[in-house]
This record gives sequence, structure tokens and C-alpha cells, in this order.
Amino acid sequence: MAVLEIRNLVKRYGNFTALDGIDLEVKQGEVYGFIGPNGAGKTTTIRVVLGILRADAGEVRIFGKDAWRHAVELHKRIAYVPGDVNLWPNLTGGEVIDLFVRLRGKSSAARRDELVRRFDLDTSKKCGTYSKGNRQKVALVAAFASDADLYILDEPTSGLDPLMERVFQECIAEVKAAGKSVLLSSHILSEVERLCDRVSIIRQGKIIETGTLEDLRHLTRTNVRVQTSRPIEGLRELKGVHNVVETERGVTFQVDTDELGSVISHVSRFGILDLQSAPPTLEDLFMHHYKNAGGEL
Amino acid sequence: MLRDAFRGTTQLARFILRRDRVQLPVWLVAIVALTVGVTASFPSLYPTPEERAIMAVTMENPAVVAMIGPIYGVDDYTYGAMTGNQMLLFMVTAVAVMNILLVIRHTRSDEEHGRIEVIRSLPVGRLAGLGATLLVVGLANVAVALLTGLGLFALGIESIDFAGSMLFGVAMGATGIAFAAVTALFAQLTETSRGATGLSFAALGLAYLVRAVGDVSSETLARLSPLGLILRTEVYVRNLWWPVWVTLGVAAVVAGLAFYLNAVRDLGAGFLRARPGREHATKFLGTPFGLAARLQRTSFIAWAVALFVLGAAYGSVFGDLDAFFESSEMIKMMLPEAAGFSLGEQFTALVLAVMAMFTAVPVALLLLKLGSEERAWRVDTVLAAAVSRRRLLLSYVTLAFLASVLMQGLCGLGFWLASSAAMEEPFGLGQIAAASFVYLPAIWVMLGLAVLLLGWWPKGTGLIWLYIVYSFFVVYLGDLLRLPDGMKRVTPFSHVPQLPVDAMEWGAVAVLTLLALVATALGVAGYRRRDIGV
Repeated sequence: MAVLEIRNLVKRYGNFTALDGIDLEVKQGEVYGFIGPNGAGKTTTIRVVLGILRADAGEVRIFGKDAWRHAVELHKRIAYVPGDVNLWPNLTGGEVIDLFVRLRGKSSAARRDELVRRFDLDTSKKCGTYSKGNRQKVALVAAFASDADLYILDEPTSGLDPLMERVFQECIAEVKAAGKSVLLSSHILSEVERLCDRVSIIRQGKIIETGTLEDLRHLTRTNVRVQTSRPIEGLRELKGVHNVVETERGVTFQVDTDELGSVISHVSRFGILDLQSAPPTLEDLFMHHYKNAGGEL
Repeated sequence: MLRDAFRGTTQLARFILRRDRVQLPVWLVAIVALTVGVTASFPSLYPTPEERAIMAVTMENPAVVAMIGPIYGVDDYTYGAMTGNQMLLFMVTAVAVMNILLVIRHTRSDEEHGRIEVIRSLPVGRLAGLGATLLVVGLANVAVALLTGLGLFALGIESIDFAGSMLFGVAMGATGIAFAAVTALFAQLTETSRGATGLSFAALGLAYLVRAVGDVSSETLARLSPLGLILRTEVYVRNLWWPVWVTLGVAAVVAGLAFYLNAVRDLGAGFLRARPGREHATKFLGTPFGLAARLQRTSFIAWAVALFVLGAAYGSVFGDLDAFFESSEMIKMMLPEAAGFSLGEQFTALVLAVMAMFTAVPVALLLLKLGSEERAWRVDTVLAAAVSRRRLLLSYVTLAFLASVLMQGLCGLGFWLASSAAMEEPFGLGQIAAASFVYLPAIWVMLGLAVLLLGWWPKGTGLIWLYIVYSFFVVYLGDLLRLPDGMKRVTPFSHVPQLPVDAMEWGAVAVLTLLALVATALGVAGYRRRDIGV
């Protein structure tokens, strides 16, 4: 069952179309990556999902209910971490965590205290004195301390150190193990690669690619480095081979993933001494799609 | 060693001047213009010696002394004596506020935002930042002193002579320097600019309070406060300079201490550890209303106190009022003819109208806080929790509504207490309460309009201030300036029956209440359907 379902979502500001027909579906128990550069429309999409902005066209349903009309009821089951965590400078971190958890409804004091400990947060300090990372910790503790069914996280780790990033990934794993769903917007691609089951890439208000990482990889090229006993003949002329570079330690090139088999069988005739192939990283995918779409990063 | 510590001071001072190239001139012009402008109006407000003598009697009232300071030269209450008596304390306080804000801005606030760190990484001395700040602020105070002194003297009013005018200006500048030094000290002690600002304003408030008590009861106590001390210059009466020297001496010692502490502490650290706050929220802070109230607790209390004092201030002038009224053509013109009522009662009606418009200010402020929360992107996270927009907005409406009732009550109470103490035949409490609360529907109309703007046109919420100022203008000065009735009819405050002079009109009150309700309902409807944070 789809926990979050977005159909043909359009949001305009005057003449500017911020979201131009977004489609997206997060299934139960799934961690869904939502990637794209700044200004592509990630945050705008999330704010429509939360009923903070009103859609001009299209449909957003959470747990099968309209996200705008049933906002309050739905929000009891949603935990949200904004990209820019803006807190009240004269309240302490502890006060803000309690406030958010109470406003949402269900909570567990034990879970809250455990999270405060794991994220190593001094809750007695006023928010005005927190760094960006600490403000994010406040929002993360408040989110994970709530017993939600859908977690919407908008670039939640951009200010965290690697240690806290690890804690964050553990929290996501726990939430996922409990059968909850996560929509994770990010531009830290290694994080998305590690955590997400499926991914959508957004660009200028449009989703340009959706699928599992496997799916996306098939659409792109694999990086290959090979050393052979004899020079490889006719490599550059083979279908699907790109960017051939001769190095001291062999030849490196990229292969369209669906041509991989035929290319390897050609290469094997020259006596393979060493062969390394690496799947494209998400970064490669990202660049690939952006270049294909003619966009500038 | 010391030269090294101050290296780069002049460059930094120039940099500060560049950063404050708008702010600083605005402060200077505002302060000097206010001093000179109000003083210039005295001769036309009180043209005869008799009027000034009556004014002097009013100013001797202990309630007034507590508010504006002791009166010197009662027997010959010249324009000069009047200026010293009525203006010096307020202008000195204004200069102190300017100094506090400027010093914090360039010391602890810069440090907190990490800007001092960048400067320190350059070949710049440890004390150069504080040195440059005090240098620029010190020069600003010298400018205040000279411009005020020359400006007052240039008015050419007989008793406002050169010696007195210069002393008036120097008194302002010296107190300013003293508060700059005190603020510089607090900026070393606390770790946050909020903390330093809070302590500095607390010091100013304490100085005012000690002076108020001292001026009424104990000369020694009054002299312990920098504000009380500076009033002992007896400007335009005896022109004493010793309070200025004492003030500057103390300022030098305090500034020296600030420099010492600045030299021995780590960047970013303070000597008063930031007090740890609560690790858990109280029960109260768990609802949108609790949040709205918690965020505005301080300003709520401050406004409540301020309005009580304002009521008391108006009430305290009732002592010799009738005699005063008889002599003032201006007051007579401001009050419409009403047979069968004393001038005191008529004045009461006018004063209560004015106070009601003052109450409208915090009421609108408390509501429009929701707008500033939205602009600070803090409403998203609240709405992302299980909070409906209607509930959020109505929490702020409720808070503003409670404020309207409470603050009108306090205003009226202050007025009643002070006027009862001053009058031989005081008003009844019920009479004043009714005359005060009858304005609530008009205040609610302002509140409703604020909700309406917030719901439909959040960018235009500033219009509410324009409307309040307009209302103030036509109600307070309408009769004096002989404004046409049409101009008065477009403010809710002119439709309220002015008790005790007018008879009660339930119809008008009911219509205003209904208008307020409709505007609020429409505003809520708009807020429920618009985008947040655009």
C-alpha cells in the first residue's frame, strides 16, 4: 500500500512554475530518496505534502487521505525535520523537543531521553546558542521520539558530523525495521545510496528519473579498468564504449550497462590480466541525468 | 605591549563608522531634534509666567517627581528650568538606550556571530575591537553633547543660555558614555548578546527605579543612581558641573575594568556562565496557546506594567487640575463643550480614549507575532505537527483578547489609584472601570482587522499601525485642529460613548463587537486557505 502518493502535482508562484507535474509514491516500510540540487523543488514538494503550501493542481494523498484537507489528522502520524531548522532563540533545546513531541501527540519519555543521549545533545542550552548541527539534532530527536508512521526528512544531516551521521543512519534503520516509511530529501548522495530503497531525481520542478538504484544503474554506464597481455584492438569502435583512456596500468573506459556482456567477450580475446568494474555511483547517475536533460548543475 | 594590544583600533573604528553610516546619524538627528523640538514648543504651550507657575505646582507632585525627576527653580519656573525639569531625564535615558544598543552590536553580538574571530585572525590587537567601539561611541556622545547644546542655545529663548545649554548637552553625553562603559563591562561578563543586552537594560531600569524612590524620599539614594546623579546638575538653574565629572570618572573606571576583563578572557567566553535552562518543557508549554504565551511572556508583562504606569501618570496630574484647566486655552479647545460636567470629568473621558488606543498597540503586537514567526520560518514546524491553522491562529487571538481586557483594566486601575490619591473628591472605581472597558469593542475591531490582514494579506499587516496612529490623531487632536467629522467617523474609537460624559450607547458597542467578530472570522478563513511562509 502506498503511504504517500503524489499525482501530477503542480505549484505555481505567479508566472514561475515551481513544481511541474510531480509524481511520486512511497510504499510502506520503504526508505525513499528524493534527490536534486538546491532550488529543484524538493522543499516545495515537501511543504505541499505537509499542507503548508496549497497545490495548484494534482493530488497528494497520505495514508489514502488528502494531505491538505486532513492535514491535522495526518500529522499525528508524521514526523518532520525541516531543512533549515529555525528554533526560538529563548527556549532551550529540551523545551522545544517536548513542545514538538506534545504538539504531535504520541511520545515516549524513555525514547526521548535515549535519543538525546545518542545524539549527544545538551538540552539545557537555549536554542539561540546552538550551532546548525545542534539545531538539527533538536529536530531529529523530536522526530524520532515521536511514534510516527511516516518520516519526512528534508536534508536532515547537512550540519551533522560523521559520528552523528552514523547515529542518524542507525535511527533510519530502526524505523525501517519497525515497518515505518521514510521520505528522505538529500543532496548527500552517498547517504541516499546507503539508506534508500528507491530514488527519484528532481530537476526544475520535474521528476526526471525514478526507480531502485539497480534500475537506474541499468540506464547508465559501468566503469571498467582492464589490463590485457596484448593491446585491445577495435575497442573504441565497439558499440556502447565511451571515454577510452590508456593508462600505465591498463585501459579505462565506460560501458553502457546493457552492452557490458558483448564488450567483455570482445576484450577477453586479448588475454585479460586484471579486470575491475565498478557500478556507477549515484553521483555518476546524477551527473548523467543532468547532462542528458541538458541542465546545468 | 599595550600598543600591540590596541593595534588596528583606528582602522576598526573607521570600519564601524562605515557599518553604522546610516544608524548613527539617525540616532543623533532623532535625539537632538527631539530635545530641541520639544523645548522650542514650550513658549507657545505656556506663554505666561502664571501658566508656568501652575505647571510648576503640578510638577512638584511626588508622583510626577518619581516619573520625571526633581524640580529645581520652582519659584522662578523659567523655560530653562522647565526644560531641565521635564526633558533632561528622558533625553538622558534615550542616549543611554542608544549607547547600550550600539555597544552590544559591536562587541558581544559580533563575537557571538563569529565576526570578531575573523578580525582577530588578522594582525589586530586583542583590545582593538572594544577600543574601536568605545572610541566611536564616545565620539557619538560628544556629538550628541555639542549638537544638543548648540541646538538649544540657538533657539534664542531668554532663559536658555549658553552655559546651561552646553551643560544640558554634556550631561546627556556623559551619561551616554557611562552606559557605554557599563554595557562594555556586561559584554565581557555574559556569553550571549541577549544576556548582555538584558543586563544592560536591567541596569538602566534599576537606575531609573532607584532614582524614582530616591527623588521622592532620599537625596543620597538618588545620587547613587547615574540618572539621579546627572539631574543634580540643576541645568539652567544653578548649572553644577560636579555630577558630570563624577559620572565620567566612574565611566573611566568601569571601562578600564572592561578592558582588563577583555584582555584576560578567551574569545567567545564570559565570566558569568550562561545559566542552564530547563531540560524539559513545563506542562504549560505543550499547546499552541502555551507556546504563544511563553514566547511573549516578557513583552506581555512589560506592556502590562507600562500601561499601568501610563494610567497612573495621567491620574497623577489630577491634583490641581481644575485650576490648571482654567488657565490653559489649549486644553479647553481639546475638550468639546459638555454642559453639566466638570473639566476633570471631560478630561477623564479624553484620557481614557487615548489610553485605549495605547492598549490597542500591545494587543495588535501580540497577534502579529504570528506573522513574524511565519517570516522567521518557525510556523512550518508547528503546523507540521498535529496543529490546525485555525487552532494556531485562534491561540494568538485568545492571547491578544485576554491582553485587551487585562491591560485596559490595569490602565484604568492605575488611573483610578493615582487620581484618587491626588483628588479631594475622587471618582468611583466602578465609574472608571466602566469608562475604560467600554473601549474594548473598539480595541477588538483593531484586533479583528489585524487577523483579517494576517489571513488575507500578511505583507500588509503594517497597515494596522497606520490605522492606530490615524485614530490617535483624529481622536486626540480632532477638536483642537477642528478636523471635519467625517475624518473622525472612520475610526472605531470615535464611536465609543465617552463615559462618564456621554450616555451609554449599547447599540454602538454591539455593532463594533459584531464587526470585530466578522473580521476575525474572515481572517481565520483566509489563514486556513493561504500558503504559509511566502
